[in-house]
Amino acid sequence: MTTTLPAPPGDAGPPPARPPRVRQALALARNTWRGLTSMRTALILLFLLAVASMPGAVLPQRTPSPNAVDDYLTQNPTLGPILDDLGFFDVFATPWFAAIYLLLFISLIGCLLPRSFEHVRGLRAEPVSVPRNLARLPHHAQSTSDDDPDAVVEAARRRLRGWKVAVRSEPGGVRTLSAEKGALREVGNLVFHLSLVALLGGIAVGKLFGYEGQVIVMADGSEFCNSGIYAYDSFRPGLQVDGTGLDPFCMIVDDFRASFRPDGQPDSFDANVRYQDTDAVERGDTDWQSHDLAVNDPLRVDGERVYLLGHGYAPRFTVTFPNGEQRVGLIQWRPVDQATLLSEGATKIDPPGVTDESERRRSQLAITGLFAPTSSGGGLVTSVFPALNDPEAAVDVMRGDLGLDSGRAQSIFEVDRTMVDQGRLVRVARENVKPGGEIALDDGTRIRFDGVENWVSLQVSHDPAQTAVLLAAIALLGGLTLSLTVRRRRFWLRASPGAPSTTGGRTVVSLGGLARTDRAGYGEEFGRLAGELAPPRAGGDPGGDPTGRTEPDPDVPDEALEGPDGPAAEQPRPQDDDREDDDDGR
Amino acid sequence: MVVDAALGQFGDLLFESALAVYVLAMILHAVEHALLRRTGVEQEEARVPVAAAATAGTGAGLSREGAAAAADLGSHDTSTPTRPPRTKAERFGRTGVSLTVLGFGLHLAMLVVRGLAAQRVPWGNMYEFTAAICLVAVGAWLVVLRRRPELRRLGAFVLLPVVVLMFLAGTVLYTQTAPVVPALRSYWLAIHVSAAVIASGILLLAGVASLLYLLRRVHENDPTRLTWTARLPSADVLDRVAYRATAIAFPVWTFAVITGAIWAEAAWGRYWGWDPKETTAFVAWIVYACYLHARSTAGWRGPRAAVINVVGFAVMVFNLFFVNLVVTGLHSYAGVG
Ligand code: HEM
Repeated sequence: MTTTLPAPPGDAGPPPARPPRVRQALALARNTWRGLTSMRTALILLFLLAVASMPGAVLPQRTPSPNAVDDYLTQNPTLGPILDDLGFFDVFATPWFAAIYLLLFISLIGCLLPRSFEHVRGLRAEPVSVPRNLARLPHHAQSTSDDDPDAVVEAARRRLRGWKVAVRSEPGGVRTLSAEKGALREVGNLVFHLSLVALLGGIAVGKLFGYEGQVIVMADGSEFCNSGIYAYDSFRPGLQVDGTGLDPFCMIVDDFRASFRPDGQPDSFDANVRYQDTDAVERGDTDWQSHDLAVNDPLRVDGERVYLLGHGYAPRFTVTFPNGEQRVGLIQWRPVDQATLLSEGATKIDPPGVTDESERRRSQLAITGLFAPTSSGGGLVTSVFPALNDPEAAVDVMRGDLGLDSGRAQSIFEVDRTMVDQGRLVRVARENVKPGGEIALDDGTRIRFDGVENWVSLQVSHDPAQTAVLLAAIALLGGLTLSLTVRRRRFWLRASPGAPSTTGGRTVVSLGGLARTDRAGYGEEFGRLAGELAPPRAGGDPGGDPTGRTEPDPDVPDEALEGPDGPAAEQPRPQDDDREDDDDGR
Repeated sequence: MVVDAALGQFGDLLFESALAVYVLAMILHAVEHALLRRTGVEQEEARVPVAAAATAGTGAGLSREGAAAAADLGSHDTSTPTRPPRTKAERFGRTGVSLTVLGFGLHLAMLVVRGLAAQRVPWGNMYEFTAAICLVAVGAWLVVLRRRPELRRLGAFVLLPVVVLMFLAGTVLYTQTAPVVPALRSYWLAIHVSAAVIASGILLLAGVASLLYLLRRVHENDPTRLTWTARLPSADVLDRVAYRATAIAFPVWTFAVITGAIWAEAAWGRYWGWDPKETTAFVAWIVYACYLHARSTAGWRGPRAAVINVVGFAVMVFNLFFVNLVVTGLHSYAGVG
């Protein structure tokens, strides 16, 4: 337990034949290893781990919130980039963070393996023999008995069921009994620490072989298939994932419902979906299974989980061109205010049947602006409620060159500003429209606002080690609980045949007890045991008082107690100030 | 989900009454403490040589306990077998305890009413969460008191953070009774948050004990300093209270973190994502693991371990206030409605 003891100086020096260099190197390596696997180092590394994690709580982090990091960088133009270089916005992916936890886990393994072996040996070993002077133990008692030593020991053995017991003889017809209990504490401690290693391993496997992808699907019966990275709007692969060999399950989002409380707080979200797992897709089945996809209730299919992350609106416009041809524009607009779901977007439309490139570039259309699910009314449309109670769109219709084939990537939510600045895309109408309403353009084109669809944003996650991580966490918790609740304790009994002169021939029974751990609470139990095994006699016995004494100082190494001379280092406490916090719920 | 507004208001009333009763109990405990200090002077003087002589002995740990034990003999413990007439201080202290029990009853009723009003577990926002933590802290304190009545002298120090937290809950964090957002509507809310509440409440007690331990040790090493701590239980007793509380709370906190991860897996698509709240919970967990390690590392138990425990509690408070109010991550408690 006390792994911090420095190496004894004369400890197994290497044979003198070795050259001094090698010896020094070996000594250095050994000392480094000892130092690394000591409790003190573990403590310091643990503390470093806590300190190194703190920036992750205080500063925005790239992984959950990249936008917040960008904001921080623009607000702190001097400090920001320095912190960025040091990795403070991605703390948990930095080399220094990894160094700390890798050292910690090396230390942990180096500390644990020897302990495990030692513990396995300890499990098989007999309980240590009875110290010579039991009265010097922190808990002790003495009494006499009419039974002979054998009977006393036998009775004790029967009483101590569940303890590990060894019975021995000493010269002069003396019988002794040593008992130990609570080895589970050590087991718990080992299980706990080993589970930590397993947990880390599981997390690592997940990071290597897992992936996460996000996609927006229109909730109007549109289909999504997990057939490759291209199916996603954004995709975050694990280090060993190249995007081939995903499970190609498919799903259809039939509809989406949101309900809100009067104050606009969301009350519930769900989407009715149908899906086919990979087998069904490969068999070419025509049946789909249905599932109600809701917050807190992902769809688990094959090794993947599908989550409902968010939702929004997509206004549907029908454009009737002067020649009578129609085009429908339906694309998601993005919420700019989560509370009212006021959304912005740009629905872009190519004119039909135009073959001449330059003509096409003069007549592309974009319907852009704001959409309010519940309109405030009036000239300046804003949204007052997130549900579709009184939808209205405030749109600019732009005509000209959208710049779609300029080679520049462009947002699906905006028109290309440079086209506007260059005068190649010009506004031809600005109007507020409600569903059913129409906007007439100067050239006779009519734009009808048909209505509104819901879209949902889905996340597909894959983590092959997730179950293993959960099991490791459960083992960890179990081990920890054992290790913190079980008390290791020892109990000794010596029954000596009494001399007729002193005890009237009655057997002298001495008891001693020692709790080997930090936790108080053996006193009560010892008192009970002593009361049964060596009840104080009415007739002025040389009695001990069978109530508990305080716990031993945990600094005292157990080894000090194991010699036949008994606990030389133990001093009985002067007074029991510590009415032990018992465990029987008094 | 219907919210019963009248019931909610009744809950607020109960909250205010509980707070008022706690304040009164705290004052009574403080008076007890002041009275003990005055009447305790002679015993104080009688005690000092014992402590000095004992510290010169072999093991510092052993002798301090001996000294403390000697000191405790002279105190007005209810546990003294031949009960002397009750002193004034004792009457104040006992009334303080009775009031604490009363306050606890009101406090418990408040959470029950709040839960009935909102028809969910009553810890769905920071106001309720803080109130629940305080309830657990007071409950844990009453359990300690029942087992070891002589610790009553800690009363004022335990109630002080409770009163401060409840005051903040009732003012800065106050939220009307309301259902929770969909992300929070899950039985994991009941499980995960209950565990977090229980662990936090017990750790509050541990933090107070460790802080007092540090102060009390200053006094034990140099009896002329911090004499007001002379009437506290001995440093060893405080240390043990802190350890036992932490040893009980740590697995509960571990459970809270694990169930949090299970819930996050169902709600947010990953079991761990270094959301600020998760990060701080992790840091607190590591700090408490440090504390438990320190307790079994030679040269680290005692004051250093106690400092770590106090740091751990500081991280918990940071998690409650800073992360919820300033950083705001995914956790939907964030922000005060
Ligand atoms: C990942 C980092 C670690 C964490 C989170 C951790 C956590 C803990 C906790 C919570 C305990 C208390 C349980 C108990 O008292 O039985 C404990 C005990 C212990 N740990 Fe660790 N530990 C870590 C690494 C290590 C390392 C690296 C070592 C070895 C150098 C180590 C050695 C021990 C020992 C010997 C105990 C038992 C102390 C006792 O018997 O009281 N731990 N650890």
